[in-house]
Amino acid sequence: MNSKTIEKRFDVIRTILAVIIALLIALAVIVIVSDDPMNALYNFLIGPVTNARRFANVIELSIPLMFCGLAVSIMFAADQSNMASEGAFYVSCAVTSVIAVLWELPTFLHVIVCLAAGTITGIIIMCIPAVLKAKWQANELVSSLMLNYICLYMGNYIIRTRVLDTSLGITTSLGFKETASLPNLIPGTRLHLGLLFVILAVILCYIMMYHTGLGYAIRTIGQNKNFAKYAGMGVGGVVLLTQVMGGALAGFGGATEMIGMYNRFQYQGLPQYGFDGMLIAIMAKYNPALVPVAAIFLAYIRTGADIMNRTSDVPYEIISVIQSAIIMLVVAKMFLNNLKHKQIVKYSKMQMEKKEAS
Amino acid sequence: MQTAAILSMENITKIYPNGFIANKNVNFELRSGEIHALAGENGAGKSTLMKVLFGEERCEEGRIFYKGKEVKIDSPLGAIKMGIGMVHQHFMLVPSMTVAENMVLGLEPEKAGFLDREEARKRTREVSEKYGLEIDPDARIRDLSVGLKQRVEILKALLRGADILILDEPTAVLTPQETVEIFQELKRLKELGHTVVFISHKLGEIKEICDRITIMRDGRTIDVRMVNEVSEQEISRLMIGRDVLLKTDKTQAKPGGAFLSIRNLNYTDAAGRKILNDINMTVRKGEILGIAGIEGNGQNELSELVTGMKKNRSGQILIDGKDISRKSVREIRELGVSHISQDRMTYGVAADAGVADNIMADRYYRKEFKRGVLLNRKRICRETDQLILEYGVKCDDREQPVRMLSGGNMQKVVVAREFSGDPRLVIANQPTRGIDVGAAEFVHKKLLELRDKRAAILLISADLTEIINLSDSIVVLHDGAVAAYFEDAKTIDPVELGEYMLGIKKMSREQTGGAVHEQ
Repeated sequence: MNSKTIEKRFDVIRTILAVIIALLIALAVIVIVSDDPMNALYNFLIGPVTNARRFANVIELSIPLMFCGLAVSIMFAADQSNMASEGAFYVSCAVTSVIAVLWELPTFLHVIVCLAAGTITGIIIMCIPAVLKAKWQANELVSSLMLNYICLYMGNYIIRTRVLDTSLGITTSLGFKETASLPNLIPGTRLHLGLLFVILAVILCYIMMYHTGLGYAIRTIGQNKNFAKYAGMGVGGVVLLTQVMGGALAGFGGATEMIGMYNRFQYQGLPQYGFDGMLIAIMAKYNPALVPVAAIFLAYIRTGADIMNRTSDVPYEIISVIQSAIIMLVVAKMFLNNLKHKQIVKYSKMQMEKKEAS
Repeated sequence: MQTAAILSMENITKIYPNGFIANKNVNFELRSGEIHALAGENGAGKSTLMKVLFGEERCEEGRIFYKGKEVKIDSPLGAIKMGIGMVHQHFMLVPSMTVAENMVLGLEPEKAGFLDREEARKRTREVSEKYGLEIDPDARIRDLSVGLKQRVEILKALLRGADILILDEPTAVLTPQETVEIFQELKRLKELGHTVVFISHKLGEIKEICDRITIMRDGRTIDVRMVNEVSEQEISRLMIGRDVLLKTDKTQAKPGGAFLSIRNLNYTDAAGRKILNDINMTVRKGEILGIAGIEGNGQNELSELVTGMKKNRSGQILIDGKDISRKSVREIRELGVSHISQDRMTYGVAADAGVADNIMADRYYRKEFKRGVLLNRKRICRETDQLILEYGVKCDDREQPVRMLSGGNMQKVVVAREFSGDPRLVIANQPTRGIDVGAAEFVHKKLLELRDKRAAILLISADLTEIINLSDSIVVLHDGAVAAYFEDAKTIDPVELGEYMLGIKKMSREQTGGAVHEQ
């Protein structure tokens, strides 16, 4: 053990503790507001694993979360605070829907075209803040956040002008063609082929980040851009590439979600997967291998809250309390710092005494 | 002059968040009215001890007694209130404000809710007259020389009622002329009854003005002596723990053709200031060309232009006969150029990344470190482990974040990257700044080795001793222009060099033309 391992250990402890504290806060709120807290708690915490269908819900929900978590992880790892995943995901859902409704293609080809169109859309959207920054040094955080609202109305526009189902009076598309649908994996659930796609994406992203020169460049740029430039890395190109990859992942995720889970476009507003992707990326410390853990955790408490919403008097919105508490505690760098410092002091003294004894 | 202790620090132990033990049970005592030298290598813990005293760092253990009473100092504000002032190595001044405004920062005199500038000026003049330290209250800090900025810092501390004045390596950035001046100022402060702590590792200066000396090594107090009772040799032995060569042994250079040629180089920064003005010089194979000059006279821009980090210049830079104006940093590095940046934490390392990641940054993309599209882990580990061994980097393992290493070891990581792989041109900008004597010796030895392997070396340093000892020829930069060229560094008088650095003297175009050689 040394200072490095103490630091690493505290990183893990801090994240876990943040999750526990957030859950405790949520439990306290539930106990206070609910007339039947035991029932609410049970449904919230245990609900998702009480039957296979509910657990399948957790996994289904984790698929778009993982795609967005990966997208954000790659961009954030290069220190690019591009938050357009939300908009990229949404617009690519809309574009995919148009193709799924209007185009006539054989089964296999239709799916491929849908996925490709979603991916390209995602890339285009995500590159807008990237290009604005490269050309005019517009802060990508601001421009991408604003862009998300443009994306919302762009998506709505696409649906309303091309494939609106006028019989319903809300923004809903006509039904997708039979050919534009991802095969189901387990009958009786909505688990679709997208699960395998996302597993593949996690593996590829992990290998890219930790076993290729590109990933090394991304991480180095994220840690110190000036150093990367000084060492001769093509900073601009790599930074743009991370956003292309992020856009591809978010867009592909949107397309997969559309034709995997639904048979028509029926979002009434931004689905928040892109924003959740940030929470996931932060919890996973931008490591693609940890993205599934964080995504499944989030999907689990989401599903739990949804079940609780339906079976008790506690509303779904309790989930926001948990999420904010987690984000705050995980990003609070000085949280547990005193304890950590004491450990390091103790260890350093021990080392010193050992050295003196010999 | 046996007076009572005004301040004593007992058993101070300070451990930094990275686990580094900077002070181990250190004892330190100041007597009223003395100039006390705190000597030791870089990394011996001198600055840390003084930061603890000034309330900037909190110690884990230990007690401080001031005027007979135990005190707790947990902020610089508290220290100032008690009458302790500190002048940092890096000045804490606002460059865009005037001297008077800086002087009263934090204790601004007010008139109707606004800053009373007249009163600020008056106070500045008063304190300046009282101590005989002349300063123009209306001058902007950014227009002042380093020596005058330091004077403002000293006056600032005195204005705040400092009885004890801590000076952290005050002469490190000064020319010989300015050093003489500050010594007179310090003597005058002593006569007026102030106590001065003089942090330094320059033995001659300590002998000249200090009364007593506390020597630190490796985070401990090694000895406390009367300065007139110890020799320089003895002090240096106590500091280092062994005898050191105070001069670097070096053979005569056998320079070949020019490898780096700079022709009519001009550079204007983004704010429109002219930084470099018609620079002409060459660095030949097998020689060390030293660039002397006070910091901020265009040295950093010069090294960044040569390495391709800065563009938008006029004039020509040829490396090995090739024009680099359209080449990227990587392409320039591929020509055999390596670069030690003066700003280690910004450019030299990625502090949060591991030792291996820092060493690989300039070569990871090469074929030998790849297996298909993947990185060849085994090969990378072998390369980095070998370099860690060869360059004596003290670290737990190759994955340890560089920020956990000492300054000297961090610089060894930089040097391991930049000096391995047979560089043909080395741009060494302040290569030994802030590192311990052992590591500095090592860097000097490596630079000479590279020179003897026919590399061309451009050495930039604010440390005159380093420049004179190591260089074969010397160029002096003043105000972005070549002020002097000396063909043979051995014949140089430091005082004369100082005059060129300050701009008191300037050679003609014909005289500095010697800096340009044929390819």
